[in-house]
Amino acid sequence: MTLGLEHFLVVGALLFCIGLFVALSKRNAIGVLMGLELMLNAVNLTLLAFSRFTHSAHPETGHVFVVFVITVAAAEAAVALALAITVYRNRSTVDVDQITMLRN
Amino acid sequence: MDGVGVNIAFWVLAVVTIGAALGVMAARNLLHAVLFLILTFIGVAGFFLLLSAEFLAMAQIIIYVGAIAVLVLFAVMLTPHAGQSNSETKMALPAGLLALCLAAIFVFVLTDTDWSSVGSAPSVGVTGLGDALLSTWVLPFEMASVLLTAALVGAIMLTRNPEDETPEADA
Repeated sequence: MTLGLEHFLVVGALLFCIGLFVALSKRNAIGVLMGLELMLNAVNLTLLAFSRFTHSAHPETGHVFVVFVITVAAAEAAVALALAITVYRNRSTVDVDQITMLRN
Repeated sequence: MDGVGVNIAFWVLAVVTIGAALGVMAARNLLHAVLFLILTFIGVAGFFLLLSAEFLAMAQIIIYVGAIAVLVLFAVMLTPHAGQSNSETKMALPAGLLALCLAAIFVFVLTDTDWSSVGSAPSVGVTGLGDALLSTWVLPFEMASVLLTAALVGAIMLTRNPEDETPEADA
């Protein structure tokens, strides 16, 4: 059996959907973040699969995109976890249902 | 991609990665979910190797497994009384339906499309990636470093506890 582009894309799509469910449904803010990381990983996998299997004059562009996605993901994780710890320090919870300071 | 080894590697990686991602979803303890997340990251790094992106596989291991996972682990342990449970909100059912529908659409479209016409690209080495980063993409590259600095300063500013600050003693 020959592995094609669609095999990698299907794995990436399933990973993305699992990440989407985790990000949308978890009660803990850190759990939501883990879902976001899963989705970013799925996108990276898809970008690299396209870069490997598609004919292009600049095949390294997909790799460059993945480098930037990894960079932004690292920045996002650092700031978001700092926010979670700050919210926990003030409210003693990271439950996204109870963080409603902007509502009232 | 032919070859028995590549096939075995792909299917093992697929099962491990998707299984670990399902573990992130299903684990009741948040710490176990983080450990499953690390396993997912390692599986994705294996996929990067299969796609002959060696540098990015190493970057994935170092940044995701080495930095982000440790950061998440620390955040879980620094919020002890918030409950280590990994339970869902009441939005779990709509979110699950949305994710399932999206997965069904993705899988249908991806398997239904004829991908044989897209051809194959030569593999990209570290040299090509470095050349591209420092010639065509040099402005986004510099902006990424500014973004990382801003994120670093922002994270330190956010987590700094103002009450811990002691006025500087005059020597």
